[in-house]
Amino acid sequence: MNTEAEKPSQPLIELRGVSKQFGTHQILRDISLTVQQGETLVLIGESGCGKSVTMKLIMGLLNPTQGTVLWNGKSLSERSEHELTQDRLRFGYLFQGAALFDSLSVFENVAFGLRQNSAMSDHYIQLIVHERIQEVGLPVSVCDKKPAELSGGMKKRVGLARALAMTPEIILYDEPTTGLDPIMSDVINSLIQQTRLRMPVTSIVVTHDMTTVRKVADRIVMLYPLSRLDDDEPQIVFEGTADEAFASTDSRVSQFVRGEARERMQELMVG
Amino acid sequence: MDAIQVTQPRETVIHTVGRLAIEFVLSVGDLALFGLSMTGWLIRRRIRRSVLLENMYEIGVRSIPVVVITGGFIGMVLAVQSYNQFRLMRLETRMGSVINVALVQELGPVLAATMLAGRVGSAMASQLGTMRVTEQIDALRVLGANPIHYLVVPRFLSCVLLIPLLTAIADAIGIIGGWFLGTQVLGISSFHYWQHSIDYATAYDVFNGLFKSMFFGAAIGLIACHRGFNCGAGAEGVGKAATEAFVYSFVVILALDFFLGIFLSALYYVIWPAPVKLVNAGCVDHLLHFMS
Repeated sequence: MNTEAEKPSQPLIELRGVSKQFGTHQILRDISLTVQQGETLVLIGESGCGKSVTMKLIMGLLNPTQGTVLWNGKSLSERSEHELTQDRLRFGYLFQGAALFDSLSVFENVAFGLRQNSAMSDHYIQLIVHERIQEVGLPVSVCDKKPAELSGGMKKRVGLARALAMTPEIILYDEPTTGLDPIMSDVINSLIQQTRLRMPVTSIVVTHDMTTVRKVADRIVMLYPLSRLDDDEPQIVFEGTADEAFASTDSRVSQFVRGEARERMQELMVG
Repeated sequence: MDAIQVTQPRETVIHTVGRLAIEFVLSVGDLALFGLSMTGWLIRRRIRRSVLLENMYEIGVRSIPVVVITGGFIGMVLAVQSYNQFRLMRLETRMGSVINVALVQELGPVLAATMLAGRVGSAMASQLGTMRVTEQIDALRVLGANPIHYLVVPRFLSCVLLIPLLTAIADAIGIIGGWFLGTQVLGISSFHYWQHSIDYATAYDVFNGLFKSMFFGAAIGLIACHRGFNCGAGAEGVGKAATEAFVYSFVVILALDFFLGIFLSALYYVIWPAPVKLVNAGCVDHLLHFMS
């Protein structure tokens, strides 16, 4: 575990009173959280509670309806489009469905960021791409394949290789193990751990897989769907370590971490 | 569950008209901003050659068969239709004039653009729509590429530059088709057919058609990309984006054809005032008078 955060240094990423609304549908309400350098924060919560939206807000892919997102203490809205694009390169993002460009080969996918943002020679790019592909446990021969020819687990790993290609300082994983078999899930979890050991990254993981939580989390934040909350209840229902989460007496938290349906079954009957 | 039972006030005709008007203004405004942002990127940064060539191949080269078939049939249909009319007046040797003027000025550009709106426009909208739905557009932004610069600019440029060339192909094939049917099937003398064609179809007519097709290309490129970028969720959203891309660009093509037609006729009148008075200026004068 990481014990660096003794001194209250400036957080790397901060959300201040962030709300997000799509049309009339509110997803997030007054969310405030911080991410310190070097830690692995895991965002948990059931489907539809706004985890992925939070990630996109952190990344500056969506703008909050209210509140501010800050990187290194500076708000995203104060940055110019150019600055934002440059600063975004410090992030790596593993998308839920990997989001590989399906018109490009695996090689071009992994090389995309390097080609787009640097004047590296083709030879050097090839070295980096092959290294990243091997780091995620794939043979170099997949480089010539198109994403459509890959299995779900391979796509995720190519997505990870692409996210790592630019040696990011911060990596965001959006449901890294969803839709994968248990073995591949463990492979991905191990890759997340290995990445952290290999380079000094800060990670934010969105997941509802408790195995991932146990394996990688330094700190957990749990979001709860707004539709199940009263107007004055905070949307973040838990913040703490994995052990604290499993020991929590809050029924909403214990229900989630143990994966129990409880009163939801009755709701189904009534519905 | 219980939220569904909320009673909504029934929408009257006035509500509907108002809602449609607001939606129309919003989407036109959004399209204009999209176009402006695209123009900004077009000027600001050069696009990679490989990306442009790939799009040009997809949009230009791959569309040639469709355009050839369209052009050929328009030419032949025009020949069949005009032959019947002209023969009543015993003027069938002159039908080349009508076929070729109509072809290069109107039918070639408009029908080629319509076919391309169907082939290229829907394909672009569904491709960009799928990219949006599967988060590939977000992935571009994460990897430091601007989606408008990377995806829209090359498609727009390919449409603007290549649709006139495709139209020229449609025109050429149409001319051959009309000639083939007129002279080889319907038995008109080839000499007279060409002679009358040359007398009436001027270079300005050809320019007129190709000039308009540039605007049709711009409309197809912009509208299709805009629809793709604003695609709704899932397979349904992608399908809807593709259909909308075709329908909207088709309507815009027809409207542009009308207004550019007036403009170009007026322009002809300004450049060559004398010889055109009887043919074109009369029509334009009437239209301008009608509109004022």
